[in-house]
Amino acid sequence: MMTWARRQRALADYTLAALSRRKGKNIALVAIFSLVVFALSSAMFFAAALRHETTVVLRDAPEIVVQKLIMGRQDLIPGDVVETIAGFRGVTSAKGRLWGYYYDRINGANYTVMVPDDPALIPPVGYVAVGEGVPRARGLAWEGAPLFLSRYEGDLKRFDVDRTFSRDSALMTADLVLMNPQDFRAFFDIPEGLYTDVVATVRNQNEVATIVTKASNASPQMRFVTRADIERTYQKLFDWREGLLVVLAGAGLLAFAIFAAEKASGLSAEEAREIGILKAVGWDTRDVIAMKMWEGGLVSLGAFLIGTVAGFAHVFLFDGVLFAPVLRGWAVIYPDFALAPHIDGVQLMTLALLTVVPYMAATVVPVWRTASGDPDAVMR
Amino acid sequence: MIFQPPILALLMVAALAALVALWSGAFAIRVLARWDMANMSRAQLRMERMAELVSTLFGAVMLAELAALLLFVFNSDRMASLFVGAMCAVGTLNVNAYGFPALYLKIGVFFAATLWLILDHADRLGRDFPLTKVKYAALLAIAPLILADGATELAYFLNLHTDVITSCCTKLFTPNNPGLANHMASIGEGTALVWLSVIALAVAGSGAYVMLRKRGYWIYALASGALFVAGLTAIVATISLYIYEDPNHHCPFCILKPEYGYFGYVLYVPLFFATAMGLGAGLLQPFANIPSLKGKLPGLIARQVVWSMIGFALFGLAVIWAIARSHLILFG
Repeated sequence: MMTWARRQRALADYTLAALSRRKGKNIALVAIFSLVVFALSSAMFFAAALRHETTVVLRDAPEIVVQKLIMGRQDLIPGDVVETIAGFRGVTSAKGRLWGYYYDRINGANYTVMVPDDPALIPPVGYVAVGEGVPRARGLAWEGAPLFLSRYEGDLKRFDVDRTFSRDSALMTADLVLMNPQDFRAFFDIPEGLYTDVVATVRNQNEVATIVTKASNASPQMRFVTRADIERTYQKLFDWREGLLVVLAGAGLLAFAIFAAEKASGLSAEEAREIGILKAVGWDTRDVIAMKMWEGGLVSLGAFLIGTVAGFAHVFLFDGVLFAPVLRGWAVIYPDFALAPHIDGVQLMTLALLTVVPYMAATVVPVWRTASGDPDAVMR
Repeated sequence: MIFQPPILALLMVAALAALVALWSGAFAIRVLARWDMANMSRAQLRMERMAELVSTLFGAVMLAELAALLLFVFNSDRMASLFVGAMCAVGTLNVNAYGFPALYLKIGVFFAATLWLILDHADRLGRDFPLTKVKYAALLAIAPLILADGATELAYFLNLHTDVITSCCTKLFTPNNPGLANHMASIGEGTALVWLSVIALAVAGSGAYVMLRKRGYWIYALASGALFVAGLTAIVATISLYIYEDPNHHCPFCILKPEYGYFGYVLYVPLFFATAMGLGAGLLQPFANIPSLKGKLPGLIARQVVWSMIGFALFGLAVIWAIARSHLILFG
């Protein structure tokens, strides 16, 4: 064991010295390799942070959402469903929600208009509470400027802004307009006793499936969406986008592998001489292969560390400027939010496998070819 | 589902391993037919050089497969949130019929590749490479295993449909569910521990015997294999209960989760390592009397037994630690 460790240390020592003798060439190799790792790690960190964010956001969402379907389309739901749902054992509360989208013809943005659940948040009649994106998109420069909403040509409705949400909650509130229920029904022309959907909270997570089964037997025309369904859908969406980027980066990886193979097989005269001398002084093929493997390992390790750290900085310090449009989607009012750093072992391991294995695979045959040549043939 | 980075990484490793297996399988056939150290021809020299490449490639594939085995289990655990009913790796592996076979094949490949590398190492100790034909015959047996592993894994990932309702580990590892898992879970907490201790004593005894007498390594190998099975059974039947502090949760995968401090790795890594070393010692024993290996091989075998016993001792300490620090009282 000790001899083995000593041999490896000596090899590592020699390899480091050999690498530094060809500084320019090796720095170029590490730089290109790091760039490939950087592209992959940015995509993976960004997607993981978004997945994490959705989990955090959905943690407080209601367990079950009930929607009424007519001809496959969602329709307004009558208020008596609330009592039916609340009647099931295990449901702690059920509420009708009023919410919808409003298309602003002035700037082409979509606002989410809601009546808040929390009574403390409901603005007085004639007032609205808005997210930070709304005044930004409208160019409402001064505090207290009223918000005019127009539903059709010639229509104009004035709301005074009661409060503006801060940037901290931007991911949730950027495009939000909160209204009083009375204003909401008047603005969208919704009769009393009808709601957009019904939400139910369940105390015990394990009972959600049973409650949904019972409830859908009682009201078969309704659609029940659970929080787990929503979470799964988001996970899949981000996974898929991440995978897509990784596949695209795969093309870069392939190009890099070809480059690395080329580089490993085209020995410079100096390197060939070096291997020739090593073999002449008694190194055998295995020693040369081990030395070359150390070289590959050191190059991969360096590039992996540089690329991963750069990817981390790119995503969490510079908001992933390069990949953001693909991964997070786009909108006229886009929330301005910072991602919480989140990394796990699966990611790092995947990243290492995806980058180091192709590099090793591309270089192993050229390395063997160099190492197994006759000393005089290599030196000549 | 295939568009997930960990899945892409796993499939890439499987594809490379399959390529190496196919190529080295073809080379193995040539070696078996024409290998002759006494021959000074160009073809023999080329073959000797190629053998170097095969060893290097196999070593690399083994490392990648080891990482892939960890990633496979790790990723199955993470993907559990995508499937209705799944709470850990068991649910994900149960989504279709290929999940568990893929895991078993991966473990099989790990052991086969480790044993092959041990054989390879022993072969290089002799000046005339006395084990080359044995080594390449073994490689011909391992190549189909690697191919089957890759194919099963591909089938598993291609058939991962998220609309399948799968079952969670609490359903699988219960005494009233037919199958191997239930036998492991229903053996009884006390019985599993007694068996584990008895076989551990047998391993210690045979280890001491082979170290003193320098023979009978196959007994030690047999005992290590038995301890591997007993260890896994005890993890399912008893040790996991202590880790979860729950008398009904038998899952051998949840212990890998961060909630339980990744304790599973502390159990599995030494157990797998020790078993591989123990089996390796038994595997090498028949070759100890080959003239060119006589000087070095017995030392290597003895070292393997020592490493194996250290591994099993670490596993034993981890088991004792899991039981001692738990608040669950199963006996008395």
